[in-house]
Amino acid sequence: MSNNLTKEPPQDEAVVTLIKPARKRISGKSLLSFPYTLWMGAFIIIPLIMIVYYGITADDGGFTLANIKLISEPIYQKALWLSLKLSFISTIICLLIAYPLALILKGMKLKSNSFIVLIMILPMWMNFMLRTIAWLNILERNGIINTVLKALNLPRINVINTPTAIVIGMVYNFLPFMILPIYNSLAKIDDDVINAARDLGANNLTTLRKIIFPLSLPGVISGITMVFVPSLTTFVISNVLGGSKINLIGNLIEQKFQQENNWNAGSGLSLVLMIFILISMTVIAKYDKEGDSTNVW
Amino acid sequence: MNGNKLIDLINITKKYGNNTIIDDLNLYIRENEFLTLLGPSGCGKTTTLRIIGGFEKPDVGKVIFDGKDITNLPPYERQLNTVFQKYALFTHMTIAENIAFGLKIKKKSNQYIKDKIDYALKLVNLDGYGKRMPDSLSGGQQQRIAIARAIVNEPKVLLLDEPLGALDLKMRQDMQYELIRLKNELGITFVYVTHDQEEALTMSDTIMVMNQGYIQQIGSPEDIYNEPKNAFVADFIGESNIIPATMVQDRIVNILGVNFPCVDEGFGNNKPVDVVIRPEDIDLVAPEDGIIKGRVTSLIFKGVHYEMEVMANGYEWLVHSTDLSPVGAEVGIKVDPFDIQIMNKPESEDEEAVVSNEQ
Repeated sequence: MSNNLTKEPPQDEAVVTLIKPARKRISGKSLLSFPYTLWMGAFIIIPLIMIVYYGITADDGGFTLANIKLISEPIYQKALWLSLKLSFISTIICLLIAYPLALILKGMKLKSNSFIVLIMILPMWMNFMLRTIAWLNILERNGIINTVLKALNLPRINVINTPTAIVIGMVYNFLPFMILPIYNSLAKIDDDVINAARDLGANNLTTLRKIIFPLSLPGVISGITMVFVPSLTTFVISNVLGGSKINLIGNLIEQKFQQENNWNAGSGLSLVLMIFILISMTVIAKYDKEGDSTNVW
Repeated sequence: MNGNKLIDLINITKKYGNNTIIDDLNLYIRENEFLTLLGPSGCGKTTTLRIIGGFEKPDVGKVIFDGKDITNLPPYERQLNTVFQKYALFTHMTIAENIAFGLKIKKKSNQYIKDKIDYALKLVNLDGYGKRMPDSLSGGQQQRIAIARAIVNEPKVLLLDEPLGALDLKMRQDMQYELIRLKNELGITFVYVTHDQEEALTMSDTIMVMNQGYIQQIGSPEDIYNEPKNAFVADFIGESNIIPATMVQDRIVNILGVNFPCVDEGFGNNKPVDVVIRPEDIDLVAPEDGIIKGRVTSLIFKGVHYEMEVMANGYEWLVHSTDLSPVGAEVGIKVDPFDIQIMNKPESEDEEAVVSNEQ
């Protein structure tokens, strides 16, 4: 698929021309960007440096790798592995739900995207915590589902405080972040490109496999990123729906900061998590030839 | 044109909601014909093409292809291919992969596909572009690839939906010749949609002029230009003087109070008609030699000819001539009887609306 014989694709040129002037000129526009630079410095760069600093120092301020090595202890290893597993499962489920839905939305040929965005965003107007607690009420031992089952004389289900409950919470909370980028990339595909494939003899399945899916890949990759990363780092969902029995890596990091007041250990574990995210992003980016997945939002 | 009927559209009607796009259209296309569907935007020409291609289904009517009813056949089961206005290339594939797309689906051998790609690229003068990506090509090149991608499948009919619409003037003219050459080399039927009358006149064997879902006229480019059936066709194809007149009797028409000799018969006596006189068919002569006297009111140099407006008997006559008559000059207007085209007045209100809506 890769063809290095060709010239640089146009979008790369566009990026280059966008970046170059910004680097050269230090007046006018860059003055306008100053507040943002300041904001980025104060709330992104400095916290990052602090995490790195705490992560590689001990209580007394001396250099140590102990915080990072903490991950080799079984309890942390287990939590990280479970986090990766549940995030992976949630991401796959989100993808399986979101892609057909996005296809249907594209087929509906709605006049404005804003309607879609509204529908997808609407649940987000409610507090994240509240939405998660709502699921607690639905799933718990005497919750809505079990009440209904009981009324029907059916056996109770025990979902709450299991990994399944956490996955449900992740899928519910992060699904919109999968649908929107996929829908966006699907909407960008010209109808005549699809018509052309059909015209050349491709039936609906072949068209989906060979044309629509490859062209929507940037959105898929963007969606995977937007679901996988927050799932991997969450502690709210596992706190509420997993009870105290299930610890994800996010919970352990939170405990380090909140309960043990051990910023060094918490930062060390965060660094490990960041490395895992970085690795998964690199793997994903390899498939993202278009390079515009991050532009979706 | 000779050749058998290849495509037959029978009583085709297509509506979107309450909006009738095509109204009871009947049309046949012969083998090896270059047919152009010509008309202003929204006249139904593209919808007609899409019905032939299978991207739209008619509400009423049948599409017959090579003797078989294909009305309900999906596009991928039809033996014809389409070239789209905006190329519609697969941007995630190389040029060679684009061209091979249809052949791979038909499970042709690798050698066959390779030969076909080479052949097609040569045919559209883009030899050696196989490994490039569509984005790295100009609009004209992309459109040629789109044509190559369609013709490797050896369709019996190539449908072209304003394929030159997105190109600049020079490129468009080059591509017109290229398309005629391709058509002659391939010996297949072309159905071509355009709103550009010059393009239609240059390339077609047959032109079908459409407006508001109705066929206005079908004929050779010469027929359409020289003998427009109604004021819409006359007006749409080139510039013309369209003047209300009365058919006094066979071979005499009264235009603006003056009797002109003409060659038309059978319209009846004292019947109101419209006459079409092309600006290049009017001769400006000395006042005493003309059929009507007039005065030149404007003069523009157009390169090949002068364009003059002559006020005579209350009508501004548009005249094209290589001989100059200065503004203010008294002239006589003379028209060869053969160059006066008589048309019946529109009968229905529908047709009237069709005519007056333009301009």
